[in-house]
Amino acid sequence: MAEIVTVERQILKKNDEIAAENRAVFRDEKLFVFNLLSSPGSGKTSLLEQTIARMFSKYKIGVIEGDVQTDLDAQRISKFDVPVIQIVTKGGCHLEANLIQNALANFDLSGLDMLIIENVGNLVCPSNYDLGEAEKVVVVSTTEGDDKPVKYPNMFRVASAMVVNKIDLVPYVEFDVAAVKKNARSINPELEMFEVSCKTGDGIDSWCGWLEQKIAQAKSGAAV
Amino acid sequence: MHELSIAESILEIVTESVPDHDKRVLSVTVEVGELTAVIPESLQFCFHAIIEETPYKGAQLIIREKKLTGECRKCGSGFTIKNYFFQCPDCGSTDVQVTGGQELNVTELEVE
Repeated sequence: MAEIVTVERQILKKNDEIAAENRAVFRDEKLFVFNLLSSPGSGKTSLLEQTIARMFSKYKIGVIEGDVQTDLDAQRISKFDVPVIQIVTKGGCHLEANLIQNALANFDLSGLDMLIIENVGNLVCPSNYDLGEAEKVVVVSTTEGDDKPVKYPNMFRVASAMVVNKIDLVPYVEFDVAAVKKNARSINPELEMFEVSCKTGDGIDSWCGWLEQKIAQAKSGAAV
Repeated sequence: MHELSIAESILEIVTESVPDHDKRVLSVTVEVGELTAVIPESLQFCFHAIIEETPYKGAQLIIREKKLTGECRKCGSGFTIKNYFFQCPDCGSTDVQVTGGQELNVTELEVE
């Protein structure tokens, strides 16, 4: 005799619970944490290099690198004297909260001002997985389509900032900066927006200014 | 392909909900919101692939797709959000709270 069992359980509840534990750890450390997301090749690691170069004399920064294979990104970051941990997902298309929790076991957070989690290059899957971060930042570059936000709405909806990278290439590509902003705003009117070139350094100051505000908020316990 | 890890989480919930192995699971019903970017066909494929070697082999996965809906924080109007355009059709405000379309839940199991 068949019977119906009511379950009503959130499929990602385990992930969300671990993310909440991570968030509590970050809050206790008064640490600002952001999750950096984009398609492959938009310039997440280049943005990290520019950001660290600009901020590391004033702030203590840590990095968790997520990649499907290799520790090449961690090697790029290791030229700066900042703690960096590489998570290799071995085919996994996104980071999950438990991977961050495991990485934190080997990471001394004390004294850090900002922890950057560079996610796997992918605009779909990572959007569903909370890692415990304060903010999600999505990078889109001018060598992609300016319709990226409407093609990947969930990512742009959950992000709090969008960085448009490779702005130096605008004269050479079919990318309309006003259009990408309009598309992004239709999905998320509160999205903060920055235009940068990791090649020339344009716009990096304004982006780092936003991060400094977020670090100050985390220190005062106002964030999250 | 986050459908694979979602299928694994569904299997975990099924395992926890039916600890009694005398019972056979006939179907698992899940709700999948439009905003979660989960592709039903991929989820079906992954779910059936991972239950193959378990006592749940043969169970059906019933996927209820949930539309993206919102409520205007200004005028209180409720509506379906079409083409991911988060704007109130009544007053034009973009201060919209998502009320549906983010679901990712196991709702019920049919067992015998």
